Amino acid sequence: MQELLQNLLNGIAAGSIYALIALGYTMVYGILKLINFAHGDVFMIGSFVGFYAGRYLAKANAGGASPANAALVMLLSMIVCGALGYLNERVAYRPLRNAPRIASLITAIGLSFLLEYGGQFVFGPDPKFFPTLIEKHVINIGGVVTTNYQLIVLGVAIAFMALLQYIVYGTKYGRAMRAVSFNFETASLMGIPTDRIISTTFIIGSTLAAVAGILFGLSYPKIDPLMGVMPGLKAFVSAVLGGIGNVPGAVVGGLLIGIIEAFVGGSRFSNYRDAIAFVILIVILLFRPSGLFGKYQPEKV
Amino acid sequence: MKRNYLVALTCAFALAFLGCPPKTESTGTSTADAGGGEILVGEYGSLTGSEATFGQSTHNAIMLAVDEINAGGGVNNRKIRVLTEDDQSKAEEAANAVTKLISQNNVVAVLGEVASSNSLAAAPICQSNKVPMISPSSTNPSVTQKGDYIFRMCFLDDYQGQSMARYLYNTVGTRKVAVLIDNKSDYSTGLAKFFSDAFAGLGGKIVATQSYAKGDSDFRSQLTAIKTANPDLIYVPGYYNDIGQIAIQTRDLGMNMPLAGGDGWESPKLIEIGGKALEGCFYSNHYFPGDPNPTVRDFVEKYRQRYSATPDALAALAYDTARVLADAMKRAGKTDGPALREAIGATKGFNGVTGTINLGPDRNPEGKTLVIVEVKGGALTLKAKVEPAGAAPATGTTGTTTTGTTTTH
Repeated sequence: MQELLQNLLNGIAAGSIYALIALGYTMVYGILKLINFAHGDVFMIGSFVGFYAGRYLAKANAGGASPANAALVMLLSMIVCGALGYLNERVAYRPLRNAPRIASLITAIGLSFLLEYGGQFVFGPDPKFFPTLIEKHVINIGGVVTTNYQLIVLGVAIAFMALLQYIVYGTKYGRAMRAVSFNFETASLMGIPTDRIISTTFIIGSTLAAVAGILFGLSYPKIDPLMGVMPGLKAFVSAVLGGIGNVPGAVVGGLLIGIIEAFVGGSRFSNYRDAIAFVILIVILLFRPSGLFGKYQPEKV
Repeated sequence: MKRNYLVALTCAFALAFLGCPPKTESTGTSTADAGGGEILVGEYGSLTGSEATFGQSTHNAIMLAVDEINAGGGVNNRKIRVLTEDDQSKAEEAANAVTKLISQNNVVAVLGEVASSNSLAAAPICQSNKVPMISPSSTNPSVTQKGDYIFRMCFLDDYQGQSMARYLYNTVGTRKVAVLIDNKSDYSTGLAKFFSDAFAGLGGKIVATQSYAKGDSDFRSQLTAIKTANPDLIYVPGYYNDIGQIAIQTRDLGMNMPLAGGDGWESPKLIEIGGKALEGCFYSNHYFPGDPNPTVRDFVEKYRQRYSATPDALAALAYDTARVLADAMKRAGKTDGPALREAIGATKGFNGVTGTINLGPDRNPEGKTLVIVEVKGGALTLKAKVEPAGAAPATGTTGTTTTGTTTTH
């Protein structure tokens, strides 16, 4: 029972990071029908901005580990990644807006490689130790052990997901985003500045990836330029599991993948932990391609 | 400008005479009397590429040893000259480098490599040319199985795993161990298997076996399963860059037992990542730079003086390799392949930095000393030395006094 609860807790903490990344995939797909494979690498850049900013702050004012500093680091990382997301869209995807979809997809893969290997060139390929932004405490609740880090990860992730939910369903921008997602041409005929909406979507998605990057660095303090590959793929699977293009679906998908991985990792089959996400991907694509929450849309001929 | 022209002209002449550009980097001592009485020894190593740090410290230590031997009059009144080839950490380049060293430079022996895959590529070439090759630190068993001209200086993983099991069971008194394996690495799975078999053979219990993949960041679920099994110690024969994270998450889950591992832990990055979580954890290694043993102290001092860095285990093994070769040349009295091979194979009781070296019939060292290095007070300290099974029981020879602390950066 204790082990069960412990695994559940571990799974939710890991899953909420997947969920934050998955939101970026699902939003971009919802609007452009494009799988932005460079998204996992934006997450990596977010972590590295946190690494350099955190180290600088720790040097600038002795101590360094305070919630205010952590918030500052996160804000900076969000700004940099938001700008990067905008740049990605402006430079790589917008010129291909009217090209066949496969062209954007290949560009996305190219962009992903550029960030990964460019990262190795700039940051160096060796693993770096993410600075301690907040003091860590171990919390023991009846044998189930957690740290304040896991709780922070969970809290921050939930807060940002709620914020996103509000943006998408409670603001004018959100309504415009949904309109563009529903029908691109019609939305543009109705006077919606589609380019601006798409840019905003990229910025929001990348900002969430930055949050995930900081939370990841906080809980798993070893970062390297290829760290975005696996979480990126798992988050993509999460988005597909929840129904790609569906915002609550991405959250549920991320949490589910995290929990399933925790249980597989804790079983005799810990060998297959990384494989399980892809088994799920295959099963979903075979039996329910629209995902758990997606609506099935027959294609009109 | 004029000088460049002259250099070019000289090179052109050299080319015309030699037929090929003299690209081999020749370091060593007096290059004044080139050829002549010098004994040419080839070295191939990963001076650039992914394993560059391994190749660099190996190269540094070889040069240190050779210069020392030459300063002491050389071997049988002949100086040794080392020709070094960079294999860029690639197996195919290793094969090219060794072919060049043997067929163009006519070296009498070849030293290298660290990575087993590179040694495996070069070994058949040395074997078919009857040129002895000594690998300082390739642990894959098949390296020396390539033929009777191939030797090595380090102990193998079976020996390392078994010695650790004996040390834990007999000296520390550990009875229940959980094993956490990096299933992406042959090194880790091999070491784990040798350890588990030996530990169970002694009467200990392996209460849990879990695995992860190199580069993972979340180990909590495996560790939760291990926690339920409640072991005295967790054996994690992985590489240093995962160990730090594993230690942190072990402590996060409220588990206080020590972690133990093998020589893959060795790196200045180990403590940087693991920090306080690694306190009290230990691993087996080939040598420890803070060892009070005079041979070790002498070597560490000389290496520090010349390179202003603390030599790692690879450097220590390379230093022994070069000295064993020189010793064999002395005993053989000549440098032709078969005679040299015979002499290297007969190495017995050689007092090396990494312990006493006795080469066995399978051309691997037998009964080397294993050092147990512990993280204590944020630095590495010597915990114990494990002697081979036949000899005296494993004891903390230096007592518990943590004499040597290494600079960890």
